[in-house]
Amino acid sequence: MNLAFRDIRHSLGRFLLTCFGLSLLLGVVLSMIGIYRGLVEDALTLVRAPAADVWVVESGTRGPFAESSRIPGDTREAIARLQGVSAAGSVTYQSIEAPYVGQKLRLYVVGYEPGRPGGPDRIVAGRPIGRAHYEMVADKRSGLALGDRLALGRNSFTVVGLTDGQVSSGGDPVIYITLLDSQELQFELAPPAARREVARGTGPGNTDTINAVIARVSPNAAPESVAEAARRWKHLAATTQAGQETILTRSVVERARKQIGLFTGLLLIVSAVIIALILYTMTMDKLREIATLKLIGAPDRTIIGLIVQQALAMGVIGFGFGALLIATIKDYFPRRVVLLPEDGLALAAAVILVCVVASGLGVRLALKIDPATALGG
Amino acid sequence: MTNPVPEYPLVEVRHVSKHFGEGETRVDALRDVSLEVHPGHVVALLGPSGSGKTTLLNVIGCILEPSTGWLSLDGEVVYDGRWLRSDLRKLRLEKVGFIFQFHNLLPFLNSTDNVAVVLSLAGFDTAESKRRAVELLDYLEVGHRKDAMPAKLSGGEAQRVAIARALANRPRIILADEPTAALDSQRAGIVMDLLRKVATEQQAAILAVTHDEKIFDRFDHIFHLRDGRLDGNEGSGA
Repeated sequence: MNLAFRDIRHSLGRFLLTCFGLSLLLGVVLSMIGIYRGLVEDALTLVRAPAADVWVVESGTRGPFAESSRIPGDTREAIARLQGVSAAGSVTYQSIEAPYVGQKLRLYVVGYEPGRPGGPDRIVAGRPIGRAHYEMVADKRSGLALGDRLALGRNSFTVVGLTDGQVSSGGDPVIYITLLDSQELQFELAPPAARREVARGTGPGNTDTINAVIARVSPNAAPESVAEAARRWKHLAATTQAGQETILTRSVVERARKQIGLFTGLLLIVSAVIIALILYTMTMDKLREIATLKLIGAPDRTIIGLIVQQALAMGVIGFGFGALLIATIKDYFPRRVVLLPEDGLALAAAVILVCVVASGLGVRLALKIDPATALGG
Repeated sequence: MTNPVPEYPLVEVRHVSKHFGEGETRVDALRDVSLEVHPGHVVALLGPSGSGKTTLLNVIGCILEPSTGWLSLDGEVVYDGRWLRSDLRKLRLEKVGFIFQFHNLLPFLNSTDNVAVVLSLAGFDTAESKRRAVELLDYLEVGHRKDAMPAKLSGGEAQRVAIARALANRPRIILADEPTAALDSQRAGIVMDLLRKVATEQQAAILAVTHDEKIFDRFDHIFHLRDGRLDGNEGSGA
């Protein structure tokens, strides 16, 4: 006879309400983990999109995502000639705000050379950029649609293609334009500033500057040896794709990762305390029943089973509700929430552990109950 | 459903004392108490508040350890200066049934399961536990309420289910704490009739703490406790 199940069934509404409250808490814990995973995935999406093997940036920097990096536009030709390099492309990266239907649209602009590495990896609607100027491929998250026109700098761009899920580490949707357009957007001075420079006699500056060169290497060449070769130029630094991903996850999103990790840890502790208090209160409500059970000869394992089984049921149901809730609403979050099965299983295991540990308080109380308290009215 | 009649007292208490605290704070709850309860007898334990009735009931029920003395239950010496059995809960399960003032039925189990739970604890399988529980409920004329939850039972019905639970494992000794205090005189009479039936048919010894004057004439014997001492007996047969 399962006493825990019978007790739950007897006060089912109250139990489910408790589970629902717990599920909201565990849902928040799960969403925090999902937000962290989303943060890392967002950060890695952009660096993985060009399917590069080597990143070449300005010497002394870890750019282009962790730090600012500016190198001459002709660096790509030099890198392309290195032994083992099969393809190379110049890229620029910058954040901008552009007016769109009466609002400011925050975007992350990638400038690349069509036909070379650095462009979008998959276009879900429309076509890639086909003209040298004023065409763009935008991510669906920007809210832009095919054919939309958007003013960037002094020029107006037409959306010709759409990507899905391309965002920067800050969560801004990515748009792709040609390298020439992006260089103009990033490095060309505004007309008043340009006029001032002309008046000073310095003339308009050279805009043939890029943030990085992306290189793909042949299957029989080692990316590390290509990076090593690139580093021989004193004005360049180079990292492999794995190194660039490490920089992103360990540097760019490190604080956010720690922040979310700490918050998730705190939430787990709060959950543990709340579960412990719920179980303690549930045990307090059953003092007379537990005393009666002891008096009629129930062994400790029966009493412990009653409390621990209810704790586990509460944890499992609370976690189940919470996971279902977050899985249902995750797509409505402004930033990506990634729920991985292994994270869910790890949290489920943690919740079960927390329930067992938290039930210790109730078990301790139950074991201390004097069976004599069942007597005496 | 009857037990063979033993020739020895089912409850035998010899020179039992119990004190709480030491020095100036010492309270002597029981002083050199000796009594016997024989099979088939229903006896009462009377006394004013603080006289030691509940302490004596707890000692006989193996809930409270005496300070000194000797105790035998159903022919087995269980205390002789120390408990002679390590698992007192099992001892209670095997030898003693309890009836409470407010029935103390588990609110999350129906009548059948409230009785069957004792049998489950004793190691019977679920089907056998339920079969015997229903049998007991029928025996105590409350079988028609076998599926009812305690909250739906009247006071008399609940107390009959509680008596069924006390009898479930066929104990020889029934300890009752104010079994009729929460009942009107008619239902109190019915409960006492049932206890008498159990004592006679099961050859059990029933020891009840009570203040209920309207049922005094239903006991074979009445023990009076005053300041922890037994100070005189009434009735016969104990």
